[in-house]
Amino acid sequence: MAKITLGKAINAGLRAAMEADPKVLVMGEDIGKLGGVFRITEGLQKDFGEDRVIDTPLAESGIIGTAVGLALRGYRPVCEIQFDGFVFPAYDQIINQVAKMHYRSMGKIRMPVVIRIPYGGGIGAVEHHSESPETLFAHVNGLKVVTCGDPVDAYWMIQQAIASDDPVVFFEPKRRYHEKAELDESVPPALPLHKAKVAREGTDATLFCYGPMVKTCLQAAEVAAEDGRNLEVVDLRTISPFDLETIFASVKKTRRAVVVHEATLSFGPGSEIAARVTEECFYHLEAPVLRVTGYDTPYPPSRMEEEYLPDLDRVLDGIDRVMGY
Amino acid sequence: MSESVPGTPPEVFAPVEVPVSPSQAPEEVEFVQLLTPEGERVENPDYSFDLDDEVVKGFYRDMTLVRRIDSEATALQRQGELGLWASLLGQEAAQIGSGRALNKKDMVFPTYREHGVAFCQGVNPLNLLGLFRGVDQGAWDPKDNNFALYTIVIGAQTLHATGYAMGQQRDHAVGDADEGEATIAYFGDGASSQGDVNEAFIYASVFNAPVVFFCQNNQWAISEPIDRQTRIPLYQRAAGFGFPGVRVDGNDVLATYAVTQQALKRAREGSGPTLIEAYTYRMGAHTTSDDPTKYRLSEDLEHWKLKDPIERVHAYLTRYAGVDHDFFDEVEAEADKVAAELRAGCLALPDPAMTDFFKHVYVEETPQLAEQRDQYAAYAASFEGEG
Repeated sequence: MAKITLGKAINAGLRAAMEADPKVLVMGEDIGKLGGVFRITEGLQKDFGEDRVIDTPLAESGIIGTAVGLALRGYRPVCEIQFDGFVFPAYDQIINQVAKMHYRSMGKIRMPVVIRIPYGGGIGAVEHHSESPETLFAHVNGLKVVTCGDPVDAYWMIQQAIASDDPVVFFEPKRRYHEKAELDESVPPALPLHKAKVAREGTDATLFCYGPMVKTCLQAAEVAAEDGRNLEVVDLRTISPFDLETIFASVKKTRRAVVVHEATLSFGPGSEIAARVTEECFYHLEAPVLRVTGYDTPYPPSRMEEEYLPDLDRVLDGIDRVMGY
Repeated sequence: MSESVPGTPPEVFAPVEVPVSPSQAPEEVEFVQLLTPEGERVENPDYSFDLDDEVVKGFYRDMTLVRRIDSEATALQRQGELGLWASLLGQEAAQIGSGRALNKKDMVFPTYREHGVAFCQGVNPLNLLGLFRGVDQGAWDPKDNNFALYTIVIGAQTLHATGYAMGQQRDHAVGDADEGEATIAYFGDGASSQGDVNEAFIYASVFNAPVVFFCQNNQWAISEPIDRQTRIPLYQRAAGFGFPGVRVDGNDVLATYAVTQQALKRAREGSGPTLIEAYTYRMGAHTTSDDPTKYRLSEDLEHWKLKDPIERVHAYLTRYAGVDHDFFDEVEAEADKVAAELRAGCLALPDPAMTDFFKHVYVEETPQLAEQRDQYAAYAASFEGEG
């Protein structure tokens, strides 16, 4: 079986979705002939034409605002935002229009819009190219927020997001675009979109992670195993809504939890998990829920990003601390 | 190469001469007009109104009914039955003229003040009140009357309209001036400063989308006069985006109809967008929460009263079309009836159920929200039986 990168898996997923449904459109900046700055849409315009793979003007609010109109017309637009830090000109359209349309219309209007955002750091980029703004979307009622951590999920989750009748913000871990895995497209997806995945079974503590941190946490679990610690790693996959069922089941088993994400600490996804776990698993916990995350600063210059981002050592430090209770 | 002097802008950037205040000198404004404020038909080399007087009588009826609906809603707000109302007073011709130019398959994207256009599209006025009474957020189905939800965020709908028009292109619904489809986006002079409106112009232009941008320049964005939004007439902005712009007397229902119809035909046949600036005046407050006496002169209002959109049609029908008072009496009686029904309907609007609002956040409800809904229901039920 051929191995495929995460980036190419998304490309293949987009292609499959476009073949399955003529109403699926892909739109964004530089996504046509160039195939996007990360080549995620490579070859799509050639095969599906300029009406379905739309190079838009350089105006992000315009991308999302026109996608709203296209969705009202019956299309299923998949919008590419070029980089995480460039989504904010579209923030009003996403929050006030995309997220609220179904609610405002008492269910008469659906917004099957997917907003793809390459996110996260670790690629030595200039500012605004390495951010993790997922919390800013997870806090918005009416949106759903997911992120893939491996090529197989990338392939299926993008198709599931496009099939969703709710708007989905689809975060792509850009530093993992070149990670490879075997993909058998004939095997149906193991999970629905809004379920978490136990990526590694363990008994002593759970690492909750998603997107770019899945690989880091799996590596940390391997190293911890050498010290005799048997860690569970849960790839959350869905941030809004969280799959609380899987989260609670894991904590009730391991009794200790560390949440790992690149997004900043305060008010982040880890805060929500800590609150939920405290409420539901209070008597099972041996230690408080800890968080290993980006610091509460703007994303730093790239020479400092290795200090800023959670890495193997910081995750192991978190494990040490949670085991110390 | 000539050296420029620091601090001195080159001649090309010298400020252009602009009228002191367009709102104070409307008689100097050039626009398409087919019916004068005195009710006289006038010719225009580019636009004509060829329909018979029965159609003009219809416009009169539309405008009168809409004004009555509007004043009834204002009264309902004053009596505490609506939380807010955004009056269209003075803009009836702009809305009825453009609204009646639409074909059945054309799509409308309104602001929150397009009560006249809603009327033309067959939207029940009671639906409009739901938003302002606070029983819903304007929860009509856009497909029912080809009339999108009212949009409160200024200018956001112009992008929706452009995207919808791009969908019409992709559905191959464009290419015939009569049988094709077009989209019309309403917005105001204040919105013309919004990024979204300018982005909509760009998208519509480069994709040649079948959209008509209909700007009601009512001279005021709450308290800010038009000269805080622009230093050139708004319709002239279209040239910079690469499509035609035209200014019409927005208080002239015949001219507004003719200009909009031509722009819609242009869009339907595939020739792309047009910007229409309907030059009008907001006779009332921005909304019922506003107090225009703080920022504008009463002389302005008196001046514009002489240009009233309904009065001039009344004058025309009376003097030149031989319409007698029976017709006007009938329209008045109908207006009273419509207003009474609206009032009764408003008072009978049921309060919504909180549980419905949990239900409509998502198509596929999340477990978290389902849990909150159940918790709310249990909490609310815990008070049952208490007095």
